[in-house]
Amino acid sequence: MSEPRRPSSKRTLKPTRELTKAPTGILGLDEVTGGGLPRGRPTLVTGGPGCGKTLLALEFLVHGASKYGEPGVFVTFEERAEDLLDNARSIGLDLDDLIRRKRLAIEYVRVERSEIEETGEYDLEALFIRLDHALNAVKATRIILDTIESLFAGLGDAGILRAELRRLFAWLKDRGVTAVITGERGVNTLTRQGLEEYVSDCVIVLDHRVTDQISTRRLRVVKYRGSQHGTNEYPFLIDTDGIVVLPITSLQLEHKATTARISTGLDWLDAMFGNKGYFRGSSVLLSGGAGSGKTSFAAHFIDAACRRKERVLCFVFEESASQYTRNMGSIGLDLETWVGKGLLTIDAARPTLYGLESHLAKMHRLIDAAHPTAVVVDPLSSFGGSASEVAGTLIRMIDYLKSRQITGLFTHLMPGRLSAADNEVGVSSLMDTWLQLSSPSSGNAPGRQLTILKSRGMPHSTLTRTFMMTDRGVRSDSSPRQSGRLVANR
Amino acid sequence: MSRKTTRLRPAKRAKPRRTRQKEAWNLRLYIAGATPRATSALENLKAICEQHLTGQYRIEVIDLLKHPQLAKGDQIVAVPTLVRHLPPPVKKIIGDLSDAERVLVGLDLRRRDRTEPSHE
Repeated sequence: MSEPRRPSSKRTLKPTRELTKAPTGILGLDEVTGGGLPRGRPTLVTGGPGCGKTLLALEFLVHGASKYGEPGVFVTFEERAEDLLDNARSIGLDLDDLIRRKRLAIEYVRVERSEIEETGEYDLEALFIRLDHALNAVKATRIILDTIESLFAGLGDAGILRAELRRLFAWLKDRGVTAVITGERGVNTLTRQGLEEYVSDCVIVLDHRVTDQISTRRLRVVKYRGSQHGTNEYPFLIDTDGIVVLPITSLQLEHKATTARISTGLDWLDAMFGNKGYFRGSSVLLSGGAGSGKTSFAAHFIDAACRRKERVLCFVFEESASQYTRNMGSIGLDLETWVGKGLLTIDAARPTLYGLESHLAKMHRLIDAAHPTAVVVDPLSSFGGSASEVAGTLIRMIDYLKSRQITGLFTHLMPGRLSAADNEVGVSSLMDTWLQLSSPSSGNAPGRQLTILKSRGMPHSTLTRTFMMTDRGVRSDSSPRQSGRLVANR
Repeated sequence: MSRKTTRLRPAKRAKPRRTRQKEAWNLRLYIAGATPRATSALENLKAICEQHLTGQYRIEVIDLLKHPQLAKGDQIVAVPTLVRHLPPPVKKIIGDLSDAERVLVGLDLRRRDRTEPSHE
């Protein structure tokens, strides 16, 4: 935690009561926070303009009202209720129904500086009365204040406001409502008006960065009093279904490894892995230069899985789904059939559409929906970003797949010959199995070669095999002489 | 304190008026319970009105503790808040109205020359 902490926290004197949490229902955020936001306490969500604060708050409230039996009040200081409803609809949240059923209420508080004159003492009791009235109307246990700092623009006396806000947060705590208070990031402070001073139970910072014209959103739990929480910056995505935060699982190496095997899709290649193929739930890297046949190997793997009636999710980044299946038709693989049977889902997107993390977040969502036993990413190398960034997000992806025993096959464009200095090694170290494909620039068919560079935890052939592309798939003509020479590699 | 006055009806305009421009002043004072601040705000307001708007004003006091639902309509957040509904446009003055000059400026009864909004 990097946030300043007041040295003497009174609360530490007596052992804290069991801290219960109010689930947000936001994919990933509940994992990062260990179950949700502190129940009955205020949480501050802060970030720059357009970073997703309002959306996060809105989702927290809507999920509370619809999934967890916790009605809520959205107090909006900036947007009119109608605008808020429109925004909610854009991410598929239907507030109207919840409002009709009295599970949710919107209170629009507008303070217009230009029509207000101030003279003498006042307090914000009227605001308290309004909040109280709204809370009672729906028996709310959750409340959003978005963005309460607007009051500072509307009312002149900052001294009174500060005192009243302090009183407000204490009052909300007394009432035991779980509050989300949004704030706009200040120059050197988390919020413009230093709300973090009053709301110190849980602070979440959102961030929206654009690097190389690709935007990435990130979330960080800066502080969570009395609870463990993930301290990293986690990428998150806003799509038509709302917010998803990565990771979805904890980042620990505790997934169970199986000894079950899954076919590579090619008999001769299976033979190189002791006639069994890859480990189920492992990660496989297929690297090679342009046109070396990476995609074809991946397609064989997909085809074999679908033949076993297993579901496969395939992410392609360089061609459209139809182009992909057509091209694979040229080597005799009819992937279209599997698509038609619902066993294969191909998701095609330009890598530059959004950042790598956002792609991964989207993959998570699709994986959750499709429950595949195998996932193919073709190719990994089309993603920009620094090697550490790619590796960091890839770790999350692989962990996620492993935790669900999903076999992940990644192709990777590696120009030229293998060199140890290649920064791609950072990626390959995450992989359990690494196949290197090469095609000498001069020759035709006989020049294509495949080498197993590594395969953790299983004996495998170290020979380089030549293969060729035919209209009946990838074939290896070299008779299986010597291919029985297996080495154990651990 | 509660809502004291009846609604302003057009019929009441039959009352003798000095000029056509002298529209009736419809003022609402929002308070939350009979606090000393609310009391003094009402007293200050009455004094100002008697002095400057004799016979042309109507003060409606709304106690939000009794009528919480009424805070929404006039977008009240602070108490006391004085809302001038008539003549338009709507004006709001918050505070105990202790500074008569500022109140007069806020009600557009005095021009805002030296008293630019000095929100300290």
